[in-house]
Amino acid sequence: MTDSKPPTTTTHTLPTPFTHTSPPPILLTQGAEALVYKTHFLDLSSPAILKFRPSKAYRHPTLDARLTKQRVLAEARVLVKLAGVTDAAELRVPGVLGLEWDVGRKVKGAGGEGVVRVKRGEDLQGKKTEDREVQGRVVAAGAWILMEFIEGRSVKELLRGVDEWAKRLGERISQEEREKVEGDVKALLRAIGRTVAAMHFKGGVVHGDLTSSNIMVRPRKHEQVNGHGHVEGSDTKPPDLSGEIVLIDFGLATQSIQDEDRAVDLYVLERAFGSTHPKQEDWFDAEVLQHSEGYRGTFKGANVVLKRLEEVRLRGRKRSMIG
Amino acid sequence: MTKPLIALGLEGSANKLGVGIIRHPPHPISSFKPRPPAEILSNIRHTYNAPPGEGFLPKDTAQHHRQHVASLVQQSLAEANLTSSDIDVICYTKGPGMGAPLQSVAIAARTLSLMWNKPMVGVNHCIGHIEMGREITGATNPVVLYVSGGNTQVIAYSNQRYRIFGETLDIAVGNCLDRFARTLCIPNDPAPGYNIEQLAKKGNILLDLPYAVKGMDCSFSGILAKCDEYAAQMAKGTLTDPNTGEKITPEDLCFTLQETVFSMLVEITERAMAHVGSNQVLIVGGVGCNERVQEMMGSMAGERGGSVYATDERFCIDNGIMIAHAGLLAYSIGQTTDLVDCTCTQRFRTDDVWIGWRND
Repeated sequence: MTDSKPPTTTTHTLPTPFTHTSPPPILLTQGAEALVYKTHFLDLSSPAILKFRPSKAYRHPTLDARLTKQRVLAEARVLVKLAGVTDAAELRVPGVLGLEWDVGRKVKGAGGEGVVRVKRGEDLQGKKTEDREVQGRVVAAGAWILMEFIEGRSVKELLRGVDEWAKRLGERISQEEREKVEGDVKALLRAIGRTVAAMHFKGGVVHGDLTSSNIMVRPRKHEQVNGHGHVEGSDTKPPDLSGEIVLIDFGLATQSIQDEDRAVDLYVLERAFGSTHPKQEDWFDAEVLQHSEGYRGTFKGANVVLKRLEEVRLRGRKRSMIG
Repeated sequence: MTKPLIALGLEGSANKLGVGIIRHPPHPISSFKPRPPAEILSNIRHTYNAPPGEGFLPKDTAQHHRQHVASLVQQSLAEANLTSSDIDVICYTKGPGMGAPLQSVAIAARTLSLMWNKPMVGVNHCIGHIEMGREITGATNPVVLYVSGGNTQVIAYSNQRYRIFGETLDIAVGNCLDRFARTLCIPNDPAPGYNIEQLAKKGNILLDLPYAVKGMDCSFSGILAKCDEYAAQMAKGTLTDPNTGEKITPEDLCFTLQETVFSMLVEITERAMAHVGSNQVLIVGGVGCNERVQEMMGSMAGERGGSVYATDERFCIDNGIMIAHAGLLAYSIGQTTDLVDCTCTQRFRTDDVWIGWRND
């Protein structure tokens, strides 16, 4: 930093080396944990996702640095492990292309200045500061993972699309069409059950944050080539639910094989479904979990996890003990 | 035009006994315009505090409520310049909360209903907080962080229900803070959490605490256990900062605890906001009075281009007016609770209540 302007807090600033990427990465979403950008890896024909975890201004810097580094490394390790599972065709995750767990750390020959987040003028304890040092340590500047771009839409978008289509057309939908769409939704739910089972039993991983936003449906290769992408917003057609399931966002994942952890993983998904997709809530248990083509039917030991899930459900606080 | 409606609300699920009187002004029946704001005619509260180092016990709390409810109701009517005949409906906290205090207040409510010949509405305590928060702040559809001594939930409205997105898996965050106040023998007056907040302002060393966020849920009992361990070491004089060797003070422990648990709360709230696609946050419940949590939430919301809505201690801390308001919302769509159903329950989920008065 050669000029004398004091550093200011920034939002949405890219970490190095992406400050020099051309064309610049495009911000897709701002999730709870990270900013997700679409960019490319090496050349434009390989689209990639940059998941940048900026430091959070509300957290104490020590806590922030520890959490960010821990989470980015855990996520990368889980992704690499799952990508290495060869005997589960339905278990798909984005591939890891690159990673940095502390943008501010000094790396010989790589600049190492990075993006520095500093509260201008004062640190959290009211001590005046003009530079990067807080409590004798460099303020955390964030971390990033570069990973494979997954084409397609999230299950959340697709189910919302179905709800909107049904609401928009109402009476004009024939019984036949309604049943077909219902069948497609249920098939999707069963596929989700199978994929989660593969992650648990073949991958030995518990996702930790299973929601419908974290399950993608990617059109199969031949459909991509033909340009039959996922049509949404077409006036009379419901969204296309076909494709392969890809799980994303392993920021809270752990490498656990405990029934308890697997049951809690399913519980998180069940609750997330109930809150976000009340119209499909009733089908969740039957299709995703209990169906012979869902979670239950896929691997030995699934029934033990499902039994445990019954116990986990009862743990909700202030739950009436009736029934 | 609808009739103007006046409700008396009674709240006593924990150690705060609150009585409130609210008036919903008349408005055109099928208008799409928002209702005119509710008028608060009276909102008074009397708190039972245990001595330092102790928590409040159900039987003592219930006794306190029984001692004060009659005079508080009379005071409330006097403040509002009304008589019993002006009240249209009596609302009381059906749950959740502590058994004996809830019972005492329910009995008082039933007695008033029979004496004055008025209908009753049983209200869910959490819904009371949410609806009052919405009314006071004007937030239309925020993600709600409800944090108190008895509850810690992240809630978002969808399809006639306040759905719980995330919650604590064991104890409430306020409970964690209150119990730690007991460990340090901090006075309970005016509230243990308030006193921890003042001490934390003077602390500046952050120790290591287990950070327990599991998806959208969190857990505090492990943190409390670790904090109690630190307090024991501090009492022996063996607790020092690993980096500098400085002795750790109670202020530092309060600071450590607050920074950690509040970061967790902000994180699960942020997750819910990202999932729901909202950038408004409403903080309700006693812990919502804490300025540090408001500041942290404001910082997070600001980075997302959103804002935080919070109320002051009149509405954050348990009070009778929120019960009156939520009860009146239910009453205005024709709901009443028959006397025989005017019981109370310690377990009453926020998402069990059908929110018929919202049409979004």
